[in-house]
Amino acid sequence: MEKVRSEIMPGVWLTALRTDKFKTACLSVNLLTQLCRENASQNALIPFVLRRGTAKHPDMAAVSARLDELYGAAVEPIVRRVGEIQCVGFYSSFAEDALLPRGESVLSAAAEMLAELLLRPNTRGGLFLPDYVASERDKLAELIRSRINDRQGYALQRCIEEMCCYENYAVGRYGDEKNVETIRYDRLTKHYHTLLAQSPIEFFYCGAAEADRVALALIKAFLTLPRGEIDCDIGTDVRMNAVEDSPRVTVEEKSISQGKLVLGFRLGECMDDPDPAPLRVFNAAYGGGVTSKLFANVREKLSLCYYANSMLETHKGLLLVSSGIDAADYDAARDEILAQLDALRRGELSDTELTAAKNALASDLRAVEDAQGELEGYWLAAAVDGDDLAPLELAALAEDVTKEQAVAVARSVVCDEIYFLKGDGTEDEDGE
Amino acid sequence: MENKRFDNIGENLYTAKLPDGLTLNVAAKPGYATSFAAFAANYGGAMRRFSTGGGWVDTPAGVAHFLEHKMFDMPDGDNALNVLSANGADPNAYTSAGMTCYYFESTRDFYDNLEMLLRFVSTPYFTAESVKKEQGIIGQEISMTEDSPGFAVYINLMKLLYAAHPIRDAVAGTQQSIARITPEILYSCHKVFYNPSNMALCAAGDIDPEKVRDIALRVLPAEPGPVPKADFGPPEGELPLEKRSETAMELSAPQFLIGAKVPPAPGGDALLRQKLIGQLALRLLCGTSSDFYTRLYAQGLLTRDFDYEIDYAAGTATVVIGGESARPDQALAAFSDAVARAARDGLKKADFDRAVRASYGARLRGLEDFDSLCSSLADGVFGGYCSLDAFAMLQRVTPEECAAYIRDYLGPDRLALSVITPRKE
Repeated sequence: MEKVRSEIMPGVWLTALRTDKFKTACLSVNLLTQLCRENASQNALIPFVLRRGTAKHPDMAAVSARLDELYGAAVEPIVRRVGEIQCVGFYSSFAEDALLPRGESVLSAAAEMLAELLLRPNTRGGLFLPDYVASERDKLAELIRSRINDRQGYALQRCIEEMCCYENYAVGRYGDEKNVETIRYDRLTKHYHTLLAQSPIEFFYCGAAEADRVALALIKAFLTLPRGEIDCDIGTDVRMNAVEDSPRVTVEEKSISQGKLVLGFRLGECMDDPDPAPLRVFNAAYGGGVTSKLFANVREKLSLCYYANSMLETHKGLLLVSSGIDAADYDAARDEILAQLDALRRGELSDTELTAAKNALASDLRAVEDAQGELEGYWLAAAVDGDDLAPLELAALAEDVTKEQAVAVARSVVCDEIYFLKGDGTEDEDGE
Repeated sequence: MENKRFDNIGENLYTAKLPDGLTLNVAAKPGYATSFAAFAANYGGAMRRFSTGGGWVDTPAGVAHFLEHKMFDMPDGDNALNVLSANGADPNAYTSAGMTCYYFESTRDFYDNLEMLLRFVSTPYFTAESVKKEQGIIGQEISMTEDSPGFAVYINLMKLLYAAHPIRDAVAGTQQSIARITPEILYSCHKVFYNPSNMALCAAGDIDPEKVRDIALRVLPAEPGPVPKADFGPPEGELPLEKRSETAMELSAPQFLIGAKVPPAPGGDALLRQKLIGQLALRLLCGTSSDFYTRLYAQGLLTRDFDYEIDYAAGTATVVIGGESARPDQALAAFSDAVARAARDGLKKADFDRAVRASYGARLRGLEDFDSLCSSLADGVFGGYCSLDAFAMLQRVTPEECAAYIRDYLGPDRLALSVITPRKE
């Protein structure tokens, strides 16, 4: 897969991967901005309001009908955070020209549609339609409230909020409900113009077209993109140590039957000069998959939970262990999760375990090259970090990680927050 | 092996029926690092009463799913999940009402992993002790599932629609039903359902189809077995058992599903065609560009969390439409209006053509996801058609067929509504 990265307009970069492998091409646009409580909700709301209608296709029915015509092209708002950078924009995918029944070409039309959505919204008197803003605002508030519907995701986010309560990272990608409620259409329009003019912009393309052709299509479509003084001074603060001497503990009670236990850790001093390969090998060995210590011991050997896994947030320097347990097993599960980390710190990592961890990791990384959505996320994160390491290169580096390097990461990690979402056992088994 | 090229969509499929009765489908995917294999049994949670020619056998709810968990235990004490993972593969399994599927994805040693997959799925090994332990693990899984609003809204809908069919019950069973499972039950169900004649092996990747076949020939039992018959109870009527249910859970906003029973086409191309007609009909009625969806979205009665599908399983076909809504009953009324309009006025040619184009693009996207590709190939094997024929067939479906589908199956009497509301503080 040939990768070309270039600045196609001031503060606007395109990462283009050329490949004939896929049936559809993907094209995304992301505005990058500093994550903060005041603006996060406004930023998050913008792509949803823009998706409601453009000057040319004034409502959702018209936009969707146009996308249907382009052989079911998809253009969806996308809101993420990479460390403490909030990324808002659109992700689009559309059929590769070669596979269309009538020899049509969709790339230029898709770039046009993306530009139309981002730059030429349906407005009245130069302002967003109050109706669209109010309705998307209510939906965003509900989206934030709805995180409780996914018990596991809710517990993870709550652990981060508690652990990082003094940091911007506590702010979720959509911001918070209170700030959403204060959004008004006039101020939002103004904010949109600022965001558009000042944000660094990342385009990503993956498909059969040459990078030059993609750049040309984008430059043509985005000719009227306003560019002011670009805010390049954005980044993530990394806290190395725990906030208090011993981990803080939060217990929250909800009407659910299975408890969710999440342990939050700082990656610690290894974030001084983070080395991605050992970090990932450590995570794979500790709780990354079914060969990990957490799976083998907390789940399989002791049957303490239905799942137990760990995940890294390398931009912010966090490790999170997530598990689903019975409330009665709280102490035992917590102790075992910490005991497995201690075992790693003592160097208890067999060759079999290390090899299995590396194999699983390398396989995951090679598979990234086979899925456009994964590639898009991977290269967006790399762009934010200023990294240029391809998934396959990282996989190769992981092969050479030694036991000592993985153990060193385990020793650097510090537990900072223990969060427990406790079931009160009231959720009944309906219909039984 | 038979080679079927689909040049219009750039696909190349190899198929074979082996002497032991196994059906093989291999999609060639040049340039991919990832390879995928799914080994599926035509056996799901709804197949609780069955026969292989002798008398009828009854089993507790949850056996198919329990069996899926226990298959990973191997006689040498190892666990197949660990062995495959240690070899760099990403293995998993699922059990639905109509199918049990074991699969893995790997970027290396595909043939070793495939051999391992076929070996462990065809080697039963259960002990009283391991069954007891699994009852604890699955018990946890059942309570986790019961906490999920998405599961509750779905299973409640099935209980509204179906009077007696076992599809009304959770695939995993209940704490009580799984307590009755013994090693003997597992051995006998494995013997009945996991014989190659009742299974399909579907693979995709930059792999050699002949080698896949050779491994299957070498590893699997050589003798074909009888294809079991399942009894799903008395025939279901056209109408739902009940029209509406409502339950409260820890939740932020109401979730709802509208459902209807459809008499499934018996199989072969007629079945594929019915699936395509149904999907187009639903796209026209409630797809993202439909009048129903865009109007209710603008009114705040629907959100982005909205979807529709037709589930085919265990001799049933069920239209399932829904997501989140502050007013599910208004959503149902609006849907009924859309149905009535389409039934009265027919479908506009321009709308229909656009739906066909959109469906074509959406299907292309599905070919990139090996998991969904292989599971639709397996559905095709058990349903007697080739899922890749959908692209050509799509161009031949008519607006009249879609209008008839809407008129015949989605009238107001046939719809049921399942609602989960937020628990009051």
